[in-house]
Amino acid sequence: MRIEIPSFCLVALVGATGSGKSTFAARHFKPTEVLGSDFFRGLVADDENDQGASQDAFDCLYHVAGKRLAAGRLTVLDATNLKTEARARALRLAKDWHCLPVALVFDMPREICLERNRLRPDRQYPARVIDAQIRELKRSLGRLKREGFRVLQVFGTPGETEGIEIERVRLWNDKRTESGPFDVIGDIHGCHRELCALLERLGYAVRQDENRAWWPQTGDDGPGAAARRVIFLGDFCDRGPENVKTLRLAMDMVRTGQALAVLGNHDARLLRHLEGRQVRTDHGLDLTLAELAKEPPEFLAQARDFLAGLISHYCLDGGRLVVAHAGLKESMQGRASKAVRSFCLYGETTGETDEYGLPVRLDWAREYRGQALVAYGHCPTIVPQELNNTIGLDTGCVFGGRLTALRYPERELVQVAAAKEHCAPAKPLGRRDGHDGELLNVRDVLGLRRISPRLAPGIAIREEQAAAALETMSRFAADPRWLVYLPPTMSPGETSGLEDFLEHPAEIFGYFRHQGLSQVVCEEKHMGSRVVVILTRDAQSAARRFGVTDGRQGLVYTRTGRPFFEAGERALEDELLGRLAVTLEATGFWGQNATDWLVLDGELMPWSAKAMKLLETQYAATGTAGRRALAEAGAALALASARMAGPAEEGDPDLAATLARFRDRQEDLDRFREAYRRYCWPVAGLKGFALAPFHILATEGRVWSDVGHMAHLDILDRFLGGEPLFRTTARLLVDLPDPASCSLATDWWLDLTAAGGEGLVAKPPSWIAQGPHGLVQPALKCRGREYLRLIYGPEYRRSLDRLKKRQPGRKRRLARQEFALGLEALERFVAREPLYRVHECVFAILALESEPMDPRL
Amino acid sequence: MLLSLTCFGPQATDLGYLLHKNPSRGQAFPLPFGQALVFYPEAAGDRCTACLLLDIDPLDLAKGREDADGGGLFQYVNDRPFVASSFMSAAMARVFGTAMAGRCAKRPELPRTALDLEARLTMLPCRGDTAWLERVFAPLGYQTSFTPVPLDESFEEWGASLYGDLAIRGRVRLCDLLNHLYVLIPVFDRQKHYWMGEDEVDKLLRHGQGWLEGHPERDFIAGRYLSPSRDLARMAKDRLDGDPGREVAEDWGDEAQSLRETRLAAVVEVLKASGARSVLDLGCGGGTLLRRLLKERCFTRIAGADVSPAALERAARRLRPDRLPEGAKDRLQLFQASLAYADDRFAEYEALALVEVLEHLDPWRLDAMAQAIFREARPATVVLSTPNREYNQAFGRPRPSGLRHADHRFEFTRQEFRDWAGKVAVDHGYRVDCQEIGVPAEGLGAPSLMGVFQRCG
Repeated sequence: MRIEIPSFCLVALVGATGSGKSTFAARHFKPTEVLGSDFFRGLVADDENDQGASQDAFDCLYHVAGKRLAAGRLTVLDATNLKTEARARALRLAKDWHCLPVALVFDMPREICLERNRLRPDRQYPARVIDAQIRELKRSLGRLKREGFRVLQVFGTPGETEGIEIERVRLWNDKRTESGPFDVIGDIHGCHRELCALLERLGYAVRQDENRAWWPQTGDDGPGAAARRVIFLGDFCDRGPENVKTLRLAMDMVRTGQALAVLGNHDARLLRHLEGRQVRTDHGLDLTLAELAKEPPEFLAQARDFLAGLISHYCLDGGRLVVAHAGLKESMQGRASKAVRSFCLYGETTGETDEYGLPVRLDWAREYRGQALVAYGHCPTIVPQELNNTIGLDTGCVFGGRLTALRYPERELVQVAAAKEHCAPAKPLGRRDGHDGELLNVRDVLGLRRISPRLAPGIAIREEQAAAALETMSRFAADPRWLVYLPPTMSPGETSGLEDFLEHPAEIFGYFRHQGLSQVVCEEKHMGSRVVVILTRDAQSAARRFGVTDGRQGLVYTRTGRPFFEAGERALEDELLGRLAVTLEATGFWGQNATDWLVLDGELMPWSAKAMKLLETQYAATGTAGRRALAEAGAALALASARMAGPAEEGDPDLAATLARFRDRQEDLDRFREAYRRYCWPVAGLKGFALAPFHILATEGRVWSDVGHMAHLDILDRFLGGEPLFRTTARLLVDLPDPASCSLATDWWLDLTAAGGEGLVAKPPSWIAQGPHGLVQPALKCRGREYLRLIYGPEYRRSLDRLKKRQPGRKRRLARQEFALGLEALERFVAREPLYRVHECVFAILALESEPMDPRL
Repeated sequence: MLLSLTCFGPQATDLGYLLHKNPSRGQAFPLPFGQALVFYPEAAGDRCTACLLLDIDPLDLAKGREDADGGGLFQYVNDRPFVASSFMSAAMARVFGTAMAGRCAKRPELPRTALDLEARLTMLPCRGDTAWLERVFAPLGYQTSFTPVPLDESFEEWGASLYGDLAIRGRVRLCDLLNHLYVLIPVFDRQKHYWMGEDEVDKLLRHGQGWLEGHPERDFIAGRYLSPSRDLARMAKDRLDGDPGREVAEDWGDEAQSLRETRLAAVVEVLKASGARSVLDLGCGGGTLLRRLLKERCFTRIAGADVSPAALERAARRLRPDRLPEGAKDRLQLFQASLAYADDRFAEYEALALVEVLEHLDPWRLDAMAQAIFREARPATVVLSTPNREYNQAFGRPRPSGLRHADHRFEFTRQEFRDWAGKVAVDHGYRVDCQEIGVPAEGLGAPSLMGVFQRCG
C-alpha cells in the first residue's frame, strides 16, 4: 500500500509501547528525521528508561523538532503521543512552523503489545500500563481528525504495516522546477480592456472576439526558447467594468496552461458567495454579482471550481521567485497553514483601521530579507514598489492608475494606463517615500557573518570585526545610500633582493609572471588621497537612483567611507561634482553609456588638502624638529670634538665620528622634507585640486569589470581629458616575458620616482584575473626610494636590512577578499538589490580593515 | 634631543664637579631607547657648557612598540628622537642622578650654592602654551625666552610649529634647576613614553619637593605632569595639600560637573515618573546614568547600549554586572548598538533614554535615528537631552567651532530643538514636552535641553 505524505510535514507516531512505532520509523525514515523520546531520555539522564527524566527529554525533543521545522525539514515524533496534551504540543509546533501535521496510528492488538514488551531485554512495563495505554489510544482514535491532523493512517495489525510505501509528495505551492519565463500581472479588478492591451504589449496573441490569449511560438526568441506564461496575482473581479469577462479570460488561460494564478482576497470572498455562504457585497462585489446574474449556472459552477482550485502562493524557479496576492514573508514561503493562506490573501494587519476605515497594514516588505523575489499585488500604489527583493505590482488600474506586469527573469516592468478611473479609491493611492523603507537593521551586520561574493569563496566576518566596523560606520562614514563600494587594500611587491632597494619593480613582475600572466599594466601612482566619487547627472537622478533627496548630486568619500569634504566644504564639493557632470554632459558620456550616474575610483590631490592635520602633527613637525635639533646637536658636537683630540678613555664615544653621523642624519631629514613637500601645494576653492580617476566602477546596468585597465584609462582620457580638474595617469603595458620591456618599465619607474613620484601600481590587464591559486592580486604597488621616507621614517635607508623583514601575505589575502566584496557590492547595487545587500558587503570591507595590520605595507 | 647647561662666572668649570662629569671627556651612557652622550662644547674662562645629547634610533623606538600595538602609536615618522620630552627627563635621572640629589663627594658645599645657570632645551613641544612658560618658570626665579620655529619655511602659510627652543636663566642651585626641568619638560610635552603607574605620583612629589608645594601654578603642573590619568592627578593634589575630597582639574569645572548631576537627576526623575519598569540607556558611555538607575528599585530591567565597544568595556568595569547577586544579574545588560540602524532589541524596553547623544550624530542621520526609535521600537517613553547652543557663550572659553565638544556634529538652539522634537512627535504619534535643565542665563536659556516623549494611545 502507498501512503502519501507531504514532503514537508510533522509526523506524529501514535501507539502504545510495543506497538511497533520505532521499527516502522526506522524502516521508512532517515535516522536523523526520527526524534525518539527514549533517545532524548538517554541524552539527558544516561538512561533511556528513566521516566523521571521525561519532562526534560521532551523539552529537548521539541526544541530540536522546532529547529528542524524552522529549517524546513520533515520530522517524525517517535513517542506514544497518546495523550491529547502531548498531541496538542505537536500540533502547536506544526502550526508555529506552518507545516502539515500527519498522524500514523498503531492500533495493535493487546497481545502483540504485551508479547513485544515481554521480549524487551531492557525494559518491561507491567501489563496494566499497556492496558491503560491501549484504552487511551481507543479514546484518541475518534479525535485525531478533529484535533487537526491533515493526514491520518491507522494500522490495525502488524500485517498492515508490511509492504507499506511512504511517498513524499511535493506541496501544491512547490513549483520550483518551473523556471518561466513569466509575466507576473498585478490586480486586474475587471479591467478587461487594459488586460488585453497589456497582454498584447507583452507579446501575447489576443483574440478579443473569442476572449482568448496565448503565447505565439514565433521563433523570434531563438529556437527552443520556452513559451512565456502569465502569472495572475489574483483579484480578477470587483469594482471594474468587465468583471466576468476578465474572469473568463483568466480561467481560459489557466485551463489551457497559458497562465498560473494565485487567489486574491476578493476572489476568496467571491468563492464563498459561490459556495452559497453569506458575504458582504461592498468594495465592488455587487458589480460582479450583477454581471454573474446574467451568466448561466454552468459558468457559475465553473467559476466556483476554478477559484476553489486556486492556492494562495507559488514558489517558482528553484525558489528564486515567490508569488502571492498580498506577499509572503520568508518564514512562510513554501509552507502551508491557515496563517500562510491568510497572509497571502490579506497580508499582516495590526488589527486597527485607519481614518478611511481600511485595515492598517504591517510593512512586511521592510523586514524582508529572503533570497526569493516576492511579487505581490493587493496594496494599490502609484508606482510599483520595490523594496528588499520584493515588488508590489498593484498600481491601481481600476482606480485610474496602471496595470503592471513584471517580466521575469528580466525584471522589466511593462505597463498600460487605465482607460479611465473606473472606481474612486477610498483613499489616495499609496507610495513609499523614495527609499524611505530602507532603514538598515543592525541584525544585517552584527555578529559572526558569512558573505559569499561571486568572485570568492565565503568570507567570514568575525564578531569583533563587525563590532569595530559598526562604530566606524555609525560615527564617521557617509550616508550608507551613497556607499556602494569601498576600494580594496593594496599590497606592495615582495621585498626587493637588491641591496639598495626596499621595493623594486622586479619583484612585482616576478609575482605576476608566477601567476601565469604575460602582461601587466603599470600605472603611475599619484600621491594624494584615495577617493571614490559618486556622481549623478543631476539631483533628480540622485534622488531616483540613490534615494538621497537633500539636493546633492553625489559624494566624494575616502577609502574608509568617510566624506572627503568636511561639512563646511559642501559648496566646494558641489562645485567639483557639478563640473564633472557638466564635462561628461559635453563629451556625451551620459548618453553614450545610457546612464545618469557613475562611480569613479581615483586619487584626489593635493595630499596637503586632506592631510594638513597629519602634516602639522607628524610629517612637517618631525621634519622641522629633526632638522633643527640635528643642526644644533651638530654645532655642539663640532665645538666639543674640536676641543678634544679623540676619546680620552677607553669606551668613551668618538665625538668626531658621531658628528659625521649626525651630519648624515641631517641630510636625511632634508631629503625627507623635500619628499613630502612635493605633495603639498595650496588650494583656493577648487583651484589647485586635481582628480586622477583610474577606474570607472559602475554605471546604470553595468559594472565595468569587463573592461581592461588600459581601456579604462583611455576612456577616462577621452571623456574627461578637457576638464581642467582632470589629471591623466601615465601608464605602460609591459610584456613580462620580454626583458627589454621589463627593463624599460623599470627605467620608467626610476625616472618617475627620482622626479618625486610616489611610484607605480601594477595590475593585470583585465580587471579580474584568475591564476592557479584563485584570484590574482588586483594590484600591487611599488614605491620609490624617496617616497618611502614618508612611510618608514626620514632615516630608513640606514636600516634597510632590518626593514626588509616584511610579511605581505596577510595583506594580500585581505586585498583579495576586499576586492571580491567591493565588486559584489557594485554588482548588487547595479542589479538594484536592496540596500542592506549592498551595505553588508561594504560593511564587511570596513570590518576586515579593522584587523591590525602593519600600516607601512 | 639636546639639553645644554651653561654656568657663568669665575668658577664656571665647577659645573664639572657638580655634574660628576669631567669636562675634558665625552661620555656615553646606554639607555633603554638608545644612548645619552655628555660632552662639553666649552669649558674655559667664565663659561662652561655641558651638553646632554640623546642619540635615539627612530627605528628602535618604533620596533619596541610594534609588538604592543601594531606600531600605530609610535610611527616611523616620529618627532620623539628630536624633541625635549619625557625621554630627556628619564635620561637626566639616569646621567645626572647624583647632581639632582644635590650630592658632591669632593666639594660637599658646592651643591648648596646658587650659581648663575642657563639651561637651553632644543625643540620643546609646546602646544600653544607659551604663555604658561612664563607663569611656570618665573616664580622659580628664571628669565625665560622661547624661540618658536616655523612648521616649514617653504610653506609660510602653515605658520609656526609646535616646537621652539627654550632658554631659562637664573641664580639657582644646579640640583633645583635639574629637578625643575625633570618635572616641567613633560608638563609641556605631554606625551609620555611609558605607562604611568602610581609611583608616578611619588616621582612627582620627590622631584617637586621644596618648590612645587608653594608654586602658584601647582595644580596646573601636577595635572599636566599626570595628565593621561585624572585619577592620579586627583591623588597627587590630595596628597599635596592633605585635603582629600577636593576635586579640581583643569579639564572639568565645578559648573560642568554640577550640570551633569542636575541633568542625570532630571532624567532619572522623568523615567521614574513614566512608570516604566524596563529602561534602555542608549549611548550609555561609561555608565554614569546606569549607575543611578541601578539604585532605583522601580526599574527591574536596565540596559546600556553604546556604539563604542571601548565605552561598553568601561561601563562593564565600573558596574561589574557579573558581580551582581544571582537574582539581580539579569537586571543589567550591556550591548553594542547603533542609532544608525533599526534594532529589534530597542523594542524590549518601555523607556529609552538618550542623554547627550543626539549631538554626536551627523545631522543627516537624525531621520534614521528617529525612524529606528519612534517608528520601529516605539517605546512608551523616550527621554532625550542635548546641549543648548545658545548657552555656549555663557561658558568662559568657547571652542573655535562654537560647539561644546570636539565630537559634537551640531547643537540645537532652543527653538530648533522644539521644532525638531515637535515634528518627530507628530510624525510618529507621540506627545512631547520640551524642558530646560540647569540654571538659565539671561536671554540664553538653560545650558541643557530635554525632550520627554510619550507615545499616544
